[in-house]
Amino acid sequence: MGDPMKIRATAVGDSTEVKVLMSHEMESGQRKDAQGQTIPAWFIQVVTVTCNDKTVLSAQWGTAVSKNPFLSFKFKGGAKGDKITVTWTDSRGDTRTDVASVT
Amino acid sequence: MDENRRKVMQSGAGVTLLGLLAAAGWLEPARGADLGAQAWNRAAFDTHSVADAMHALGILDAKQSKDIAFVQTPEIAENGAVVPIGISSNIPKTESIAIVIDKNPNPLAAVFDVPAGTEPAISTRVKMAQTANIYAVVRADGKYYVATKEIKVTLGGCGG
Amino acid sequence: MNVRGLTALFTLALSSVTLAQGSTSDEIAKYRAILQEGNPAELWELRGADLWQQKRGPRQVSLQGCDLGLGEGVVKGAYARLPRYFPDADRVQDLETRLVWCMVRQQGYTESEAKRNPFGEGNEHKSDIEALTAYVASESRGAKMDVSLRHPKELEAYRLGEALFFFRAGTHDFACATCHGEDGKRIRLQELPNLTTASGAQKAYTTWPAYRVSQGELRTFEWRLYDCFRQQRFPQLVFGSDVAIALTMYLARSANGASFDAPAIKR
Repeated sequence: MGDPMKIRATAVGDSTEVKVLMSHEMESGQRKDAQGQTIPAWFIQVVTVTCNDKTVLSAQWGTAVSKNPFLSFKFKGGAKGDKITVTWTDSRGDTRTDVASVT
Repeated sequence: MDENRRKVMQSGAGVTLLGLLAAAGWLEPARGADLGAQAWNRAAFDTHSVADAMHALGILDAKQSKDIAFVQTPEIAENGAVVPIGISSNIPKTESIAIVIDKNPNPLAAVFDVPAGTEPAISTRVKMAQTANIYAVVRADGKYYVATKEIKVTLGGCGG
Repeated sequence: MNVRGLTALFTLALSSVTLAQGSTSDEIAKYRAILQEGNPAELWELRGADLWQQKRGPRQVSLQGCDLGLGEGVVKGAYARLPRYFPDADRVQDLETRLVWCMVRQQGYTESEAKRNPFGEGNEHKSDIEALTAYVASESRGAKMDVSLRHPKELEAYRLGEALFFFRAGTHDFACATCHGEDGKRIRLQELPNLTTASGAQKAYTTWPAYRVSQGELRTFEWRLYDCFRQQRFPQLVFGSDVAIALTMYLARSANGASFDAPAIKR
């Protein structure tokens, strides 16, 4: 299970703004270590965000997304107290899910 | 050089970006947890040029559009490791937004699927290998549109 | 062309370079402003907050009994008053040395265990000190810098820090002041703050610790000093040493009055 992410979901009018900060190396596979060996790629490939049970965003990522990825978007609907669930899966098959309530 | 590519090279701004017929990109389900079969398009992410990324995504034709805006996106990035990119599409029925970065080892950076009800605007941070063009590619109602922005990546000093 | 013409041309060329630089620094300022949102430092703050109240070490005690200067367990506002003299240690300590002190005296770690990994490297070699520093610093966000020199040892540390700031050494005969002692200096496109002015010191000191995007890590003020020493071709700055504390004292005090605004995000 990966490291916890920070999710902020705020009701703005009739929409909800979601900001997520994920903890992940997002290793591109381009870097070399001190011994000159290439550090293997290791990165989040798939991200899903749901509000209660409805998918509000899904994404496929490559190695060019920065380390400790930040994501921000808005969707219509969502009320205070609704559950925002963010799940990522990475190239090693590791996964992480975190939940936050809309405030 | 491919005829279509030559046309693209010679054409200026405001002309459609032509690609070859889509190669059959195969889809690989993400390993690990069952995410309702959310797939990861390995073929597209493994390409090494903008043109190859586009046609691995099945994009034959992407029209330059002024209805795609770069929002909260700088002209200069002090460091290529973290470049903020915000894309907002004003095109009706936007279904997905992709970020393609020229001169990156793998130009396809991300594809966001925007369900109905979600605002077609995304902010994230990407890595840029060097000063290059960022392509925001939008699929709306089955058709493709693109906007371009150049971002300069500077060489920093020692600190900060 | 006559001299006057040449001078005019030269001045024009210079001013357009300055103009270009001006708009470049505006654009870089814009880049930095956009980056402020979604600062990965928050991930360190979360982990630090966790570590602070977890029962750890051979004595299985939390750090909630640690006095950072404002009383046992009082974290809010503490960073803006550090470094300071601590009677139980009978010395001036910065946050990192104070954390080590508490980890040793309260949690039962040895000093070398506590100091083992001051600067982390990736998710697989995380530094607890960095996370704790991020957390404690975040609890001073918005507080006014208020470093005291009332105690003789505080004043002594300040004086030592000031002397060190201007001390030239190493293979390049550099002092901190070489890069940070004048207005308008830069290295490539990075402007160097003049730390001998109040505003320069304030802007610099109140934005550490910071998430450095070039490393993808949160770095503390001790790290910043360590890395400056490295770039100056000085001998390695020892973590938690009197030299590190003295320089921190000098710069923190120089920042007095400013609003603390860290953890920040930097290139």
